Amino acid sequence: MNNAIAASDLVKTYPKGKVKALDGLSLEVEEGTVLGVLGPNGAGKTTCVRVLATLLKPDSGSATVAGVDVIKNPDQVRKLIGLSGQYAAVDETLTGWDNLVMFGRLYHLSNSQAKARATELLEQFKLTESAKRAITTYSGGMRRRLDLAAALIVRPKVLFLDEPTTGLDPRGRLDMWDAIKDLVAGGATLLLTTQYLEEADQLADDIIVIDHGKVIANGTSDELKAQVGGEKLEVTVAPSSLLATKAALELITSHEAQVDEQFNRISIAVAGGSAALSDVVRALDGRSIEILDLALKRPSLDDVFLALTGHVAEIEEEAEVKPKGRRR
Amino acid sequence: MSAIKDGLIITKRQLLQLSRVPEVLIFSTIQPVMFVLLFRYVFGGAIDTPGTDYVQFLMPGIFVQTVAFTLATTSVGLAMDMTKGLIDRFRSLPIARSAVILGRTLGDATLNIVVLLVMAITGVVVGWRPSSGIVSILAGFLLLMLFGYAMSWIGILIGLSVRDARTANNLVFLIVFPMTFLSNAFAPTTAMPRVLQYFAEWNPVSTMVAACRELFGLENAFGVTAGSFPSENPVLMSLVYIAIIMAILVPVSVAKYKRTSSK
Repeated sequence: MNNAIAASDLVKTYPKGKVKALDGLSLEVEEGTVLGVLGPNGAGKTTCVRVLATLLKPDSGSATVAGVDVIKNPDQVRKLIGLSGQYAAVDETLTGWDNLVMFGRLYHLSNSQAKARATELLEQFKLTESAKRAITTYSGGMRRRLDLAAALIVRPKVLFLDEPTTGLDPRGRLDMWDAIKDLVAGGATLLLTTQYLEEADQLADDIIVIDHGKVIANGTSDELKAQVGGEKLEVTVAPSSLLATKAALELITSHEAQVDEQFNRISIAVAGGSAALSDVVRALDGRSIEILDLALKRPSLDDVFLALTGHVAEIEEEAEVKPKGRRR
Repeated sequence: MSAIKDGLIITKRQLLQLSRVPEVLIFSTIQPVMFVLLFRYVFGGAIDTPGTDYVQFLMPGIFVQTVAFTLATTSVGLAMDMTKGLIDRFRSLPIARSAVILGRTLGDATLNIVVLLVMAITGVVVGWRPSSGIVSILAGFLLLMLFGYAMSWIGILIGLSVRDARTANNLVFLIVFPMTFLSNAFAPTTAMPRVLQYFAEWNPVSTMVAACRELFGLENAFGVTAGSFPSENPVLMSLVYIAIIMAILVPVSVAKYKRTSSK
């Protein structure tokens, strides 16, 4: 298979504060697959996308997108890619329709082609009803969907999504995920950055974890989870039942359980998620142990970081250059 | 040239904005109209303009001041695009890098047509009577449009240099107010201290105002005592200034735009 995106040894240092936003980053994305780039704020995710999308020149290293050199032929690359960032990059005073037609014309579609494509995309992203309203009246989720639509006007070979759901409410996030899943089903090659392991898990075939501008882990979602320890079950019971519960849990899962006596809580690694949950409930019920609280914990980005680096994710906002305007 | 074709799409975007948010156009014409009324009826009576009544003297000054504020329109508009990430999208499109700023300057220049028209009508209502022929009058307005376009390119550089739209706005006022008031726009320069007179005589705003007065049929276009080269040749000097501004600012702004990413 061919690589739709290949980057090797990218280095980018920002002059201010001499922060190394990218420190020898390499990655490959196979055609028709989705790569999730996972990392905390300031890890270099946005810089990575900006370099690959020709918005930023790296200090050193090389990259190709759809076989075209990003540094030598940026104009050629721009014809092949779509970019949607964490801030809806559309003209807010105009309507959704105006925006899509304008961007269509800037992609050199004819007037009628641009209009036809706008109609199609508004339909696809469930925005037809709001097509003639100014973006200022849109919800955060609608803006993000319009932004994504604008990135898809010429059916790009390669799509970059920079934190597509950051700042969205759960409903907006689910809508966005659906939209992205449809694209993936349509065979798009996608590079997606995210701060959420769950999002990478839902959408990506492969995941790389980056920190301080370097790849610190890569693999499929399952491989990463195996490294991190997968899901954990937390059971809270009365103090008198702690030991009996521990024994029962260890019997079912054949893992070792940790007891937190302060909170009367036992946590244990489980495989199989909700299936394990019902096994545990049945087993404890059979032993007449009353469950006060029961929770299935998925590993978070923090857990990934703790497992991979031994430290929690450091927040370094300044390290990334981002649009300042957070006003919406 | 595809840069021009793409630029015109950006221009169309700005005109579309005006139709979606008509308040912008209304406010950008109200301010100059207020200036006309203020100077015509409040200050005008106290300012002595030998050889002509004040309104003939004033209107070219207000026209120039108004097009000078294209600097604000452009720099604020661009600074807003820069902070909203929209510029990133433009930069990721397969269009010439110069298209975005070319389109913006053309859009802002087009807006000037509307504003100048509203002001000319206001002027006529309060007694402005250009006495030259129609060709000269149109030449005067063409010169104003050119000057506005040159100002727009300075606005591009400011919009690219500042942190946000508010800073752009403040900075522009700091530039445009002294430029327009330390000139012959509202009062003859003869009453100024000698040092200021030198500044006022070489000030491009003054040469523009004097050029317009000349083209609109006023005989003593500059003021009274001025004997410097710019005061003797205002049309020529205005064109030279416009050419110098464009020759420097266009390449500098385009280069800066290519280097700058969204902040």
